[in-house]
Amino acid sequence: MAPSAVFWLLLGGLYFFIPLLTTLLFSLKSNQTGKCCTAANYSWVIHNGEFWHTLKISFLLALETIAVSLAIFVPTIYWVHLKVPKLRPVLAFLALIPFVVPPIVMVVGLLKFYKGSPSWFYGQPWGFLAGAYVILAFPYMFFSLDAGFRSIDVHTLTEASQSLGARWPTTLFKVILPNIRAAALAGSFLALAIVMGEYTIANLAAFHTFPIFIQYVNETQGFPAGALTLLSFGITWAAMASLLLVGRTRGRRAAVLTGAR
Amino acid sequence: MAWIATVPFFAYALFFLFLPAASVLIGAFQKEASGYTLDNVRELFHHPYIDAYWGSIKLSLITAALGGVVGLFIAYAALREGTPKWIRGALTTFSGVAANFGGIPLAFAFIATLGPLGVLTVFLKNQLHFDLSAHGFSLFSMTGIGLAYLYFQLPLMILVIAPAIDGVRKEWREASANLGASQLQFWRYVGIPVLMPSILGAIILLFGNAFAAYATAYGINSGANLITIFIGSYYSGNVLNNPHLAQAMAFGMFIVLGLMMLIYIPLQRRAARWAK
Amino acid sequence: MAYLELQNLQREFAGGVRALDGIEVQLGQGEFLSLLGPSGCGKTTALRLVAGFDRPDEGRIVIDGKDITNVAPSKRDMGMVFQAYSLFPNMTAAQNVEFGLKIRRKGKTERSGRVGELLELVGLGHAGDRYPHQLSGGMQQRVALARALAIEPRVLLLDEPLSALDAKVRVQLREEIRRIQLELGITTLYVTHDQEEALAISDHVAVMYRGRIEQIGPPAEMYSRPATPFVAEFIGTMNRLEATVADPTSGTVEHGGVTLTVDAARSRAKGDRILVLIRPETVELAPENGSNPANALSGEVIAQTFLGPVTRLKVVGPGADLIADVSTAKAATLPIGMKVTAALPVTDARVLELSDEAIEIAEEPGPAGR
Repeated sequence: MAPSAVFWLLLGGLYFFIPLLTTLLFSLKSNQTGKCCTAANYSWVIHNGEFWHTLKISFLLALETIAVSLAIFVPTIYWVHLKVPKLRPVLAFLALIPFVVPPIVMVVGLLKFYKGSPSWFYGQPWGFLAGAYVILAFPYMFFSLDAGFRSIDVHTLTEASQSLGARWPTTLFKVILPNIRAAALAGSFLALAIVMGEYTIANLAAFHTFPIFIQYVNETQGFPAGALTLLSFGITWAAMASLLLVGRTRGRRAAVLTGAR
Repeated sequence: MAWIATVPFFAYALFFLFLPAASVLIGAFQKEASGYTLDNVRELFHHPYIDAYWGSIKLSLITAALGGVVGLFIAYAALREGTPKWIRGALTTFSGVAANFGGIPLAFAFIATLGPLGVLTVFLKNQLHFDLSAHGFSLFSMTGIGLAYLYFQLPLMILVIAPAIDGVRKEWREASANLGASQLQFWRYVGIPVLMPSILGAIILLFGNAFAAYATAYGINSGANLITIFIGSYYSGNVLNNPHLAQAMAFGMFIVLGLMMLIYIPLQRRAARWAK
Repeated sequence: MAYLELQNLQREFAGGVRALDGIEVQLGQGEFLSLLGPSGCGKTTALRLVAGFDRPDEGRIVIDGKDITNVAPSKRDMGMVFQAYSLFPNMTAAQNVEFGLKIRRKGKTERSGRVGELLELVGLGHAGDRYPHQLSGGMQQRVALARALAIEPRVLLLDEPLSALDAKVRVQLREEIRRIQLELGITTLYVTHDQEEALAISDHVAVMYRGRIEQIGPPAEMYSRPATPFVAEFIGTMNRLEATVADPTSGTVEHGGVTLTVDAARSRAKGDRILVLIRPETVELAPENGSNPANALSGEVIAQTFLGPVTRLKVVGPGADLIADVSTAKAATLPIGMKVTAALPVTDARVLELSDEAIEIAEEPGPAGR
């Protein structure tokens, strides 16, 4: 292996692993003595009610985001591929919009636009926040689902199903959906990672999600935050690993980036 | 009439993307009471707002350029001939994770590493007698934040540029060697020119990525001189009492990012053409 | 003395794959040699060793008396044409051709003069300003050829340059390559799996199989006097009859209960098991009508394949399983189902040792007989 290659890979490796290592060390330090090594921080996390509470909220939010995303995007993309291919570039263009309207800008707009809307929507994460997250997840959902639909012969499958007597819902659920399962799963895992890590909108809109909790611990306690950070990293890693496992059967990889910046 | 079925989607986009975005754009030009004004936008060109924009742009440019170049070298190192295949897979996997590992947890990891009591800081001071702060380094400065930004900029670059590097065909390298060119000459005359649209496109992507970032900076230094922090502090603190100013700031960001996209899209098309 | 010599080249890849097993080649200056064989026979490996993109485990490569086995590819002064995709996409055709000259720091006027000359030579004088993606496959390969020739290389190497092109373009381009090669007198090593191509344009053909050279010779010799069963199968179509030598003095052999005369069997011993090789065009078919032609087998026409000027008939009978090529006009008089006699040539048949080794050509994309 070329020596320059070794150099750059080592440099990259060091840069990426040192922060993780130090976080691990931090998380093992005791709150009293400030020295290694104790599992007290992890124990604190596990026994902390607020931890489970916010984790649950974020997780449910993720599920809701995924459900709403799939419910809206799958039929739409399916329909576009099947009947209105001219709209596909429009969708692709829309998928680039979040680069121009990042979370920080979006939340400003959302807060202004929905000010005064009923509290079941504005005050609850299940309304306002999930609504925003669906938009955040859209580009990744779109690229995944679009690739999935492109890899199957939508027309033939639909026509075959209809010629056998199935109506639209049956065709969609029993024929189309199973065939884009991998793409839908890939998009879902990305959405999961996004929601579990999204801080900007949640913070400015004053909701209590898991990342908000992490920052709170960051600011108020020292070492337990390390445990939380590693946990958060682990969740991201698990989502990505699932994505890659699913993607392997599909044979394609999509460049990924989410909103936790 | 078939497009009717896409109405739910466009309606959703309308209510959660376009209308809110439009209301920001409009709000930027509104007055507190009622009526329209350019005052908010004008204010953006004064201190401290212009400083914040400039700070964001500088930070984004530097992390984009640095992340772009270093990411390119790392990606090439992993993908070139002679490197074991498993490294490629490992790098892609890790990049996928690291590109998403941003925000608050990342901020903490860097505080734990290079903060005043960070493991690396302490190690350098005690074992190697190298005092970071005495040399002018602080994690809470732009440099420190930039260093943390690289943590997701580098992987993003790697993920985006890897397919382009794959597209540098072996046949070109061999033909160029056969015609008498050295490695350096190959890269200078063929390799880099072919990769350039992709590299530039990726760097623009990185710029936009850094420019839009909020959580990471906030987690390290909630008072940093960045436009995103400014916008955030309106909502979480009581720095301003004019919401339209915050909207104007968002509008300003929108303009910068819009310009970025206008450069990005044609570059992508160029890159795709040579990938054939 | 040979201009280009490959001496006992050995190359083994990871996993124990023996790509080259003692390759010996001598190429005179200005000669056109084709390395012909199925995929995996080692021909491309051999070419890449000559080009310098790989090093042999053992053996040497010698040009004009100098050992270049360990010289870097950029210093070997050879021009190579790849199968596809080798043109630099960011440069026009002219800039591509100019590339080698630019590296050698030739002056601007000299470069543009030479580029113009070469583009004319390959018939693309008007296309210099086009980019590769604006050129057809055939045109791209012409540019690749011009680019390789621009540096006035000592040896021209071509790695299946035509296999990615349409059939008609292939035939056209191969003639041009040969014409240019003759005009410039450049020593050329050509790799292909298409036997028709190799036979049509080469001075000599080397048939390779499993890392070894089975036979080297001029095209006509390869065709009419194959030295091994593989070569016989690979080049053209061959009838293969298993027989036992009955009487060496008279050259009679016994095949499926029938006695046949084969001159070539005279060099064998009585009782030897041999393979008699007969080209389809040397088989004489006639309707069975009671007269027994000498040296013939009987059978029935069971299939006809129209090949244009010639029609291939399959004749099967007790002790007979033959292919005969007859003119299409004559084939009309020998319809399917007709009983025929197939007279076999006495002198035009070749004889080889019968080996038990199965020759695996079936899986290669059919060069042997179409």
